[in-house]
Amino acid sequence: METIISIKPLLAVLVSLFVIPVLVSSSGKPNVRESWIFVAGIIKLILVLSMLPVILEGKQIALTLFEIAPGATIAFRVDGLGMLFAIVASSLYIVTSIYSIGYMRGLNEHGQTRFVCFFALAISATIGAAFSANLLTLYLFYEILSLATYPLVTHHQDATSRISGRRYLTFILGTSIALVLPAMIYCYHVTGTLEFSTAGIFTDQLSKPAATVLLLMFVFGFAKAGIMPFHTWLPAAMVAPTPVSALLHAVAVVKVGVFSIVRVVTGIFGVDLLADFNLGIVVMSIASFTILVSSCIALSQDELKRRLAYSTISQLSYIIFGVALLSPQGLLGGVIHIAMHAFGKITLFFCAGAIFVATGKKYISQMSGLGKKMPFTFAAFFIGALGVIGLPPTGGFYSKWNLILGTLEADQAIFMFVLLLSSFLNAFYFLPIVYKGFFGKSEEEDNNIPVKIQEANLCLVIPLIITAIISIVLFFYPTVFVNLIKIGLAL
Amino acid sequence: MEDLLALIVAKYNYWLYVILMMIGLYAMIAKNNLIKKLVGMNIFQTAIILFYISIGYKQDATIPIIQNAHGGQDAHNAVIHAADYINPLPHVLMLTAIVVSVATFGVAMALAVRIYQRYQTLEEDELRMRLSEE
Amino acid sequence: MDNYPALIVVTPLLAALLAGLAAWIEERLSYPIALIGLAISMFSAFKVLMQVISSGTIHYRMAGWAPPMGIEYSIDLLNAMVLMIVVSIAFFNLIASYKSVDQEINDRAGSFYTIYLLFVTGLLGVTATGDLFNLYVLIEITSLTSYAMVALGDKDRGPLASLNYVFIGVIGASFYLLGVGYLYMQTGSLNMADVANILPGLHGSSTILTAFILCMIGIWIKMALFPMHVWLPNAYSYSPVAFARIVAPLMTKVMVYVMIRLMITVFGYDYIFETLNIADAVVWLATLAVLAGAVMALAQKNLKKMLTYIIVCEIGYMVGGAWIGNQLGMTGAILHILNDALMTFALFLAVGNMVYKLKTVDLIDLKGLFGKMPWTMAGFVLTAFSIIGVPPTCGFFSKWYLILGAFEAGAYHFAAALVISSLICAVLFFKVFEICFFEPMSDGHGHADLTPPVKIEEAPLSMLIVSGLVSLSLIVAGLYSGTIVNTVILPFLKLQ
Repeated sequence: METIISIKPLLAVLVSLFVIPVLVSSSGKPNVRESWIFVAGIIKLILVLSMLPVILEGKQIALTLFEIAPGATIAFRVDGLGMLFAIVASSLYIVTSIYSIGYMRGLNEHGQTRFVCFFALAISATIGAAFSANLLTLYLFYEILSLATYPLVTHHQDATSRISGRRYLTFILGTSIALVLPAMIYCYHVTGTLEFSTAGIFTDQLSKPAATVLLLMFVFGFAKAGIMPFHTWLPAAMVAPTPVSALLHAVAVVKVGVFSIVRVVTGIFGVDLLADFNLGIVVMSIASFTILVSSCIALSQDELKRRLAYSTISQLSYIIFGVALLSPQGLLGGVIHIAMHAFGKITLFFCAGAIFVATGKKYISQMSGLGKKMPFTFAAFFIGALGVIGLPPTGGFYSKWNLILGTLEADQAIFMFVLLLSSFLNAFYFLPIVYKGFFGKSEEEDNNIPVKIQEANLCLVIPLIITAIISIVLFFYPTVFVNLIKIGLAL
Repeated sequence: MEDLLALIVAKYNYWLYVILMMIGLYAMIAKNNLIKKLVGMNIFQTAIILFYISIGYKQDATIPIIQNAHGGQDAHNAVIHAADYINPLPHVLMLTAIVVSVATFGVAMALAVRIYQRYQTLEEDELRMRLSEE
Repeated sequence: MDNYPALIVVTPLLAALLAGLAAWIEERLSYPIALIGLAISMFSAFKVLMQVISSGTIHYRMAGWAPPMGIEYSIDLLNAMVLMIVVSIAFFNLIASYKSVDQEINDRAGSFYTIYLLFVTGLLGVTATGDLFNLYVLIEITSLTSYAMVALGDKDRGPLASLNYVFIGVIGASFYLLGVGYLYMQTGSLNMADVANILPGLHGSSTILTAFILCMIGIWIKMALFPMHVWLPNAYSYSPVAFARIVAPLMTKVMVYVMIRLMITVFGYDYIFETLNIADAVVWLATLAVLAGAVMALAQKNLKKMLTYIIVCEIGYMVGGAWIGNQLGMTGAILHILNDALMTFALFLAVGNMVYKLKTVDLIDLKGLFGKMPWTMAGFVLTAFSIIGVPPTCGFFSKWYLILGAFEAGAYHFAAALVISSLICAVLFFKVFEICFFEPMSDGHGHADLTPPVKIEEAPLSMLIVSGLVSLSLIVAGLYSGTIVNTVILPFLKLQ
């Protein structure tokens, strides 16, 4: 595979970092500040997309920054997987920026400059993680992301934020230091390298028990992937303002978690090694447990954002499930779900935020008949829900289809039932919201007041329409992502 | 038993300095009055000085000053047998150590004076009580 | 110029003399004299470092007397690095100290600068010297000046804390002196390289064993290795902030340097790890030190005391790394000398800023500090990340080497202690962050019209700039760890 040395990955990461001082200095002038965010976001997207043609040709872009020890460097390598993640993250950053302007101004939130600065830092870290060439760099950006998102999660600075922030850090920072760090150093100790390679880095050095323990340390250590029992931080983080929940906990933070696990499975251990040791089933069982249990918990949640949070936990484990199938279609289904779920879920979160800004309502039981007041929002919600359930005409169907085929391909037909059952559960906890929204009785109707259409302000509505439309588009044109995955994983 | 006694007698300088050191250490730790602790510290350091001096000793040797050495030509012609003179190096080193010990003692005394001016007592348990009240 | 090694140590000494005299005439002159003295010393240290990197060890003979009779300053890669660290931190601390000395000790500023310079002289001498007895003398110079400094601080508790510090310090230094005496008895020499040559034939001797144990215990007392650390929290908390800022990063690290120097150059790897069998026990002790330091730090209610217990924890890292017995561990320990000096310095700089504004740093006093002192807190946060061990700060990379060394030596308990202490430090620091960030609690759910804006009341610019620079250097030192290890540490270890 031909490798081109280019500074573009570094620039893509640094763009939003460099804009931070500018944002701080324009804190008194909100409009100037917001326009700088867009400039940075658009430059970032352009940089990322400019590398796309090269990757699609089968080449890779690399850049080594610092060498810490032989075999342990801080370096970037853009391949198919990283490109997919980076495209998703950077495109959604722009959309979310529009949304957060509407949201924060709509609620007259405090500390907006601090908010956008840490948001920019978080996106830098996300792109950095996407482009990491080895486990050390990935760990570096993973930690920076954890720390950069803490002020965002605890933005409101009240008592609930404090407790939630503590939980957030305990689960995310605690697991990465206690589990990932020793596991990573052990890998280096045994093999002398941490680079992600197509067939993994181990030759014959691992016994089955050692490999099992190591794999479990990584899977549970990357707690951002929301695998039970280290998932509690996700619902707790819903105290954050919705743009944070939307981008970070639908797209950036959680996807970095699953992305890291995908990288470890495919690049450090290697599909063949795991298949030899039969470790795929172990991970699939863990993932299935999370999928089913969190879907059940989602059913019991009345607060919309918490229901979405548990849905996210479930969907993340789909990705890990797919990767653990260790078969081409399973891998394809799992990894492409990173993109499909991102667009679907972010639509759902955007809708939740729009509802809150427009009506102040957080609980599903209050949302009866709201669809008549906010038809666009609820229509987009419906499309997002379809994407998460996995029904056509949304992209989510494509990934679920591949996952099901993957279970058959890998002779794990039993696990197919997990997928079908959870899809059923997803429908059960999403569709009633839409049904009641459109067909239920709203307060106005109860009081015999005519219902007027009263959406949230445009800054909130336009992004959710955009992401809903993209979800549908991805159903018809998933090719770019499919090719990236096929090239990236050598399928 | 006889061997043990012979051992003790032969190495009496070590025993002496160890006992002195322990006395000093005991005073530093167990005594209540700050001045007594200081005295203990001084004894402790002196024990070490004595130890060094004692290791420079040679049997039937004299003090390390060459006789008639200021006579010009004679000095260069005289043959010096090292075995006749005790080792001067430990003495020199201990001059430095004594200076250090005196300086430390001075600083410690100044501190004790300060403490007395502030609290009007030099007993450590009283000081601890006064400090924990503040 | 050939005399750079001597210049490094002698310039602060002369400057101390001049500053002391100047203080009699005009108090304000002592500060510029101190600054110039340290600047010259820093320049010489830099020159020496470059020279050692390019052409190897420098052997400088004081007054031209040849060793083993004369005193030799033997500067190799390890010394040169530590010298550079010591003098740079001393210099930058001086810049940052001007305002706080004014505030805390304004009537005797001249004495402060004089003693400060003498302290730095002592530290530099300890690092540069190649003679065992000269080392004792310089350790005592360092200690005496630090006793005096501690007493200059808190008027009520300072003198007593200092007196207790005197007692323990004297015990430590005297043990070392005793150890040197035993060594001299058996080898007849006081020069480090000379002793190293003579020692291999004497490995079975009980005198040498006694010498080694006495030297080690003396140095361990001086570096505050658990359980001989009890003097550290009181001594450092009650001293003036400007002094705490330099003694905390430097004194214990220089003692770690002395330990490594004794281990590697004087006694040698063979003796310590093959003839003696205490390395495992020492690693266990270090493990305890790490855990005890972290746990005790967690229990503190005062920020300064908390930081001093973190120092105890970090000393455990270095002692464990050195005694693990492989190259990776030793690399980690030496790298950590640099990293910990920087981290502790940055921490105390931030705390110094807080003390300047708030006067006390009990944890409950730190409310709302993120709003009131954003730049100081930014530096503090970065340093906290370094201590926790978050990449790309330097703290992560020395932990990397230490854990790797522990894995290779099979010392899994030490690796576990490292990970656990990182977690405890994370809890500790986030406890502080929470107080600074969340309190005073707002009821308005963060809506802008309900919370009053917080005024920024930062420390003076000189202190801010230094603290900012040092915090940034944590990242730079981290990213360039590879260069540091390859240029300085590995060549040094390979030569042994």
